[in-house]
Amino acid sequence: MRVLGIETSCDETGVAIYDDRAGLLAHAVYSQVEIHAEYGGVVPELASRDHVRKTLPLIRQVLEDAGLARASIDGVAFTAGPGLIGALLVGSALGRSLAWAWKVPAIGVHHMEGHLLAPLIETPAPEFPFVALLVSGGHTQLVDVIGIGRYRILGESLDDAAGEAFDKTAKILGLPYPGGPELARLAESGDPKRFRFPRPMTDRPGLDFSFSGLKTFTLNTLNKELAVSEDSQRTKADIARAFEEAVVDTLVIKCRRALRETGRRRLILAGGVSANRRLRERMDAAIAAEGGETYYPRPMFCTDNGAMIAFAGCQRLLAGQTEPLAFHPRARWPMGELPPV
Amino acid sequence: MELWLPTEEAQIAFGEQLACALKPPCVIFLEGDLGTGKTTLARGILRGLGHQGAVRSPTYTLIEPYELARAHLYHFDLYRLDDPEELEYLGLRDLLGREAIWLLEWPERGAGLLPKADLLIRMFYQAEGRSLSLTPVTSRGETILAEIGDYPSRQA
Repeated sequence: MRVLGIETSCDETGVAIYDDRAGLLAHAVYSQVEIHAEYGGVVPELASRDHVRKTLPLIRQVLEDAGLARASIDGVAFTAGPGLIGALLVGSALGRSLAWAWKVPAIGVHHMEGHLLAPLIETPAPEFPFVALLVSGGHTQLVDVIGIGRYRILGESLDDAAGEAFDKTAKILGLPYPGGPELARLAESGDPKRFRFPRPMTDRPGLDFSFSGLKTFTLNTLNKELAVSEDSQRTKADIARAFEEAVVDTLVIKCRRALRETGRRRLILAGGVSANRRLRERMDAAIAAEGGETYYPRPMFCTDNGAMIAFAGCQRLLAGQTEPLAFHPRARWPMGELPPV
Repeated sequence: MELWLPTEEAQIAFGEQLACALKPPCVIFLEGDLGTGKTTLARGILRGLGHQGAVRSPTYTLIEPYELARAHLYHFDLYRLDDPEELEYLGLRDLLGREAIWLLEWPERGAGLLPKADLLIRMFYQAEGRSLSLTPVTSRGETILAEIGDYPSRQA
């Protein structure tokens, strides 16, 4: 079965075609492509979430990239939630309408399920069951994944997501927002021994996270040091390093704890922060020491994309699940309400 | 009204106290730099209204709605908005007519399309704590301030 996937839940517009036998045939995310004159010129960036202008040209592009005609699509998957309701409506309306016009089944996909299953697009793919750490600007969540549609939330952030803490701390250090990746670069040259930041919520049992207090800790450290220190660049690099160490350590401690508590051996990481080099090194070493294995989707599929929606939708369509003509995108959608496959 | 809150616990306690004076419809703007405690104050308000669970930062989701026994509450964070017109993507228009408590962080990014504030709370870093400045904009805002009027003295 060949499925067109459409992702428009938040900032990115992503489209892909996944085939259950041939694998991923084409994928594109708006920010990585140029839309040429034949579609009415380069689209002005009126608003970053302007999915209306981006989605159809992207669909045309992936069909062309895959060398496929519209008639060879067997199903359409679209992100139906959770997310911004106006953004979800664009992808859902378009996806459902195309499926109706093409006379193929449609399926609304849960955005977070897309992220959870993204490592299964890669080879080797992890076998079920596994523990997943979803760590991005919007989420920090540990999930026990027993099978498709069988998820148990083990823990999550009670305030800021880890990626959000990266972005905001970067801003406090004077980097442009969102500066998570720049902060990680700055940390490369920092001294890990000069400052020690707290590891929030690691000294008590449980798998929840809290990263909001690190902002204040950063600011207080920065103000105290700048008052006495000559070299402010050095100080900022050292703070960036101490901050990154604290976040990475906290994530590693909680993941190890999650594997021990569930008895799983496989850990998958997804979400934008999972592209962080130090996090990967530390996590790989810590999980290997436990006798476990770590899996990551390719960096491009760590952030929002259409491939994960095409893949997850394909699994559900193969299981015979479909979306009625009257579709209902949901801004809030607890993952526990998903049917198993 | 001005007050100084030395710790995160004090910020939450003040939020809980403020919650007692809030009745829908009312709109509160929360202004202040990153890390001054806008979301922390919102957490206190939500707790004061009886919310038990986590209060996630709405920076990425832009809006977190809560259905509480006493009121509906919309917690917005418009930091990532590029253009006020993007408020359409949040379904703002569907929410405008509803009787709810609105907590808006970074309201200046939605200028022109947001409902008018009843109460403006500005937050600043001061020593290790935070100072807060509360300004009523409407008579509803004045009523809220009158109800919590003796808070700083109770603090001391």
